[in-house]
Amino acid sequence: MLELHSINKKLGDFTLADLTMSAAKGEYFVILGPSGVGKTVFLEVVAGLLRPDSGRIVWDGADVTFTPPERRGFALVYQDYALFPHLNVEGNIAYGLRSRGVDKKTVKNKVRSTAELLGIRDLLQRKPQTLSGGEQQRTALARAMITEPNILLLDEPLAAVDPREAERLRQVLRDIHRQGDTIFLHVTHNVDEALYLGDKIGVMLDGTLRLVSTPEEIFRSPTDREVADFLGLRNVIHVDEITQGGCLAAGVEISISITDNSVAHVWIRPEDILLSEKPFESSARNQFRCKVIGWESSGRLLEVKIAVGDLALSALITRSSFDDLKIESGTILYCTFKSSAIYCF
Amino acid sequence: MSNPRSTEVGRPIPWTGLVFTLLGSLVLLFIIAPLAGILLSSSLGEITEAAADEEVRSSVSLTLSAALMATIACTVTGIPLAYLLARKRFFGRTTLFAIIDLPIIVPHTTAGIALLTVVGRDSLFGSTFGSLVGTAPGIAVAMAFVSVPFLINAAHNGFAKVPVHLESAARTLGASPCRTFFTISVPLAWRDILTGMIMMWARGISEFGAVVIIAYHPMTTPTLVFERFNDYGLAHARSAAVVLLIICVLIFAALRFVARRRSREE
Repeated sequence: MLELHSINKKLGDFTLADLTMSAAKGEYFVILGPSGVGKTVFLEVVAGLLRPDSGRIVWDGADVTFTPPERRGFALVYQDYALFPHLNVEGNIAYGLRSRGVDKKTVKNKVRSTAELLGIRDLLQRKPQTLSGGEQQRTALARAMITEPNILLLDEPLAAVDPREAERLRQVLRDIHRQGDTIFLHVTHNVDEALYLGDKIGVMLDGTLRLVSTPEEIFRSPTDREVADFLGLRNVIHVDEITQGGCLAAGVEISISITDNSVAHVWIRPEDILLSEKPFESSARNQFRCKVIGWESSGRLLEVKIAVGDLALSALITRSSFDDLKIESGTILYCTFKSSAIYCF
Repeated sequence: MSNPRSTEVGRPIPWTGLVFTLLGSLVLLFIIAPLAGILLSSSLGEITEAAADEEVRSSVSLTLSAALMATIACTVTGIPLAYLLARKRFFGRTTLFAIIDLPIIVPHTTAGIALLTVVGRDSLFGSTFGSLVGTAPGIAVAMAFVSVPFLINAAHNGFAKVPVHLESAARTLGASPCRTFFTISVPLAWRDILTGMIMMWARGISEFGAVVIIAYHPMTTPTLVFERFNDYGLAHARSAAVVLLIICVLIFAALRFVARRRSREE
């Protein structure tokens, strides 16, 4: 188990303030926070590359606050992968084992099996500069995983690859995580990524964890306004029952694109809900009659609260549509949203 | 039209280009003329004769080996310093850079005299281990003093170009600081280190002022050229000078080759 006790670190503009958390063996812990708040500093503190100003880092009951990085077994994968440009893919992956003085034959075999696992077996002789972003990330993951780290520290691992590769890599991360009891500590700004991968999600704002929760609970957890704003979370709906081609929530049947039985929540982003005076023909599968309950200003947009039967939803619309729709409390409208715009988890 | 300055920047007015070319040609001619002159005024026969001359040969081998010894010794001690300067921020770091550059600005005969206070007969070193005056190691010390800044500065530039997080990644993979230095930092800075070594070697070979104060004998080639010029005149000195010039040009060509390959790789 990894425990961080009241970690403080000031580095330039960035501060870790009284950060306390713990992660159990085999856990996938995602730290979710806005871009550019120095989440890399957090990872470097855990890795032992930066020394905290105060606080303790405990691994398996032993204080490792002052243990040098090479003796912690916490492998760090940087956002730009940090592959060694003078070594080929094989040399990169083998680096950790060679540093530990593992014999040549074992290294060769393990490199091959790890490369196999990450689907880069054919790239072993290539130099990192000749690889695509996704291939570089797989190489970096292989290089870290081959050392069988206690903790794998991941810095925005999916941020620098194209969306399709990101989706594949997400699956890869989930797969390699399930193969052992390595703790994955993954920092990202991407909510979908956190929901998909995390066993636990910690929301980091102002250098401290403001909320730690599970993906199932995170939207229902009592939380402060800033966290809710950061998560942008409205319209997270608990699913009562999966039906043919959809799901039932608060008595309303919603059409969704995924209908496996593990879906417990759906999340409709307020900006994806369209409001109209009359029903209209569209490819969107969800269209309901609704009643306006209230509204409030949300930046340059307006958040209109509506009720579809017992189901309360929020929709974000512009001020001019608000005027066009002649919205008042109790106005009857139609709300429309695509099933593909619904996130299920 | 509305901004006449931009056209000036983009296209210099004709006479500026002309004057610049003319001035540039003058300085180039100034460099090329003496070197071409010495090469052209010596016949091939004179050069081969000088190259076969036992005195010239032993001086050349002494010069090359003493400069090489100096370079190797300073590589072992100077590379760690260059690395520290590239990686650590500490009080007095800028002063340290200034100190390292000092041998470049000190007159080389002065450097020689200064070195006598450290390795001469009456120095602490000299009275304990024996004086280095008039010995090959003494010559190497004189060469090292005046040429080591080139090595340290080049190596420092090389290490500064290695991204820190490559070293950090290596550490988290289980490499000790020492292993990280030899398997990541040095290989990635290698071209600059090698360039620095060649520059230091070449600078050591060409040194006269500091060397002649420490050791007139055994004679390095620059000292031999000086002696022959004094004793026998221009013609005698020239052939030995040309031999050393050719060797230096070859070293310089090797340096350019290394540097070009590096820039192409990047």
